[in-house]
Amino acid sequence: MSFKGVMRPGHAAIRVLDMQESVKYYVERIGLIKTDEDDQGRVYLKAWDEHDRFSIVLREADSPGIDHMAFKVYSTADLDEFEGKLNDYGQNVERIPANELKGCGERVRFDSPSGHTFELYAEKEVLGNGLGRKNPDPWPEGLKGMQVYRFDHCLLYGSNSKGTVDIFREVLGFDLTEEVVSPEGDRIAAFLSCSNKAHDLAILEYAEPGKLHHVSFMLMSWEEVLRAADIMGMHNISIDIGPTRHGITRGRTIYFFDPSGNRNEVFCGDYTWYPDHGPITWNAEELGKAIFYHDRKLNENFLTVVT
Amino acid sequence: MEQLGRKEIPVGCRGGGCGVCRVQVLDGGEYHTGKMSREQISEDDEAKGICLACKLVPDSDLQLKVVGKWQNQFVTSTSSKN
Repeated sequence: MSFKGVMRPGHAAIRVLDMQESVKYYVERIGLIKTDEDDQGRVYLKAWDEHDRFSIVLREADSPGIDHMAFKVYSTADLDEFEGKLNDYGQNVERIPANELKGCGERVRFDSPSGHTFELYAEKEVLGNGLGRKNPDPWPEGLKGMQVYRFDHCLLYGSNSKGTVDIFREVLGFDLTEEVVSPEGDRIAAFLSCSNKAHDLAILEYAEPGKLHHVSFMLMSWEEVLRAADIMGMHNISIDIGPTRHGITRGRTIYFFDPSGNRNEVFCGDYTWYPDHGPITWNAEELGKAIFYHDRKLNENFLTVVT
Repeated sequence: MEQLGRKEIPVGCRGGGCGVCRVQVLDGGEYHTGKMSREQISEDDEAKGICLACKLVPDSDLQLKVVGKWQNQFVTSTSSKN
């Protein structure tokens, strides 16, 4: 096993309707740390246990949603290699100069059949997780809100999702860990991993292109998920569903919305993926259980509310 | 309304983003709104009194018609006449 090539989701660039309200929410409630802002008014945030300068970038805009999702690759040589392969595959590929996002190296941006913009980068300024690398404490004091550990993955909704899934599998080396298959045999949802996680990216087939279903942050225990739900109660945060259990990935989860209507998740406890496991298949007839294992009911909001 | 278990208007993100709770204010009632996704509510929509219920603040009694994508599931007596 080697975490070479694409290593992990590096950041998500999210549009919000009101920056001040959104920063308060992501810092005070989610527990991200604000690390920077730039002359375009974009705000940079990281979870405490992430080492790089940012994992969430907020931009104020007329409509919420996702501008792009970026993945960190192991080396600049990997970045060059993937750029070539994406070009050969026929995607529109563009180099974004270093520091266009503050503290991030050159990015390779590419489009996708599902209407989402993705990026790869190899370098980002390292701030550390606040504990140091010599005899560190297990966690830092002074954390806020839900105290999430990291930005973990996104679920994206889009048309022609198969084409996007193919890029991630065939060009970028992701594994298919789980899938949902319709009675006609079409894959309607794909869960993809570039690592040991059950998913780093999930994509679901949908009528409209380029939609964001959720941005997910990791917690370590069910107790922490429950505590996050308590914080949602305390501060009247809009809850979608949970706390509950996913069939797919086995995650213990709660879904809720940021002040602009972008769905967030905090979750804990998926399994460890190894590339020799082979994918898990869910039949669409079992979709209720696949999504929410306890209720076993399809939830209209979860399936259709997107930004 | 939601906390009271009333289901006349569909509920989505509650943040002005998803467009599920799209309604039209009828007969010139007075109201103001918070910021809503331009992708969901155009300037034309706003001129016609169309907005997202989650961002709608009434300044008088209002008559609403549900015009969102789930209107068939949640048809109010007002909207069924129109």
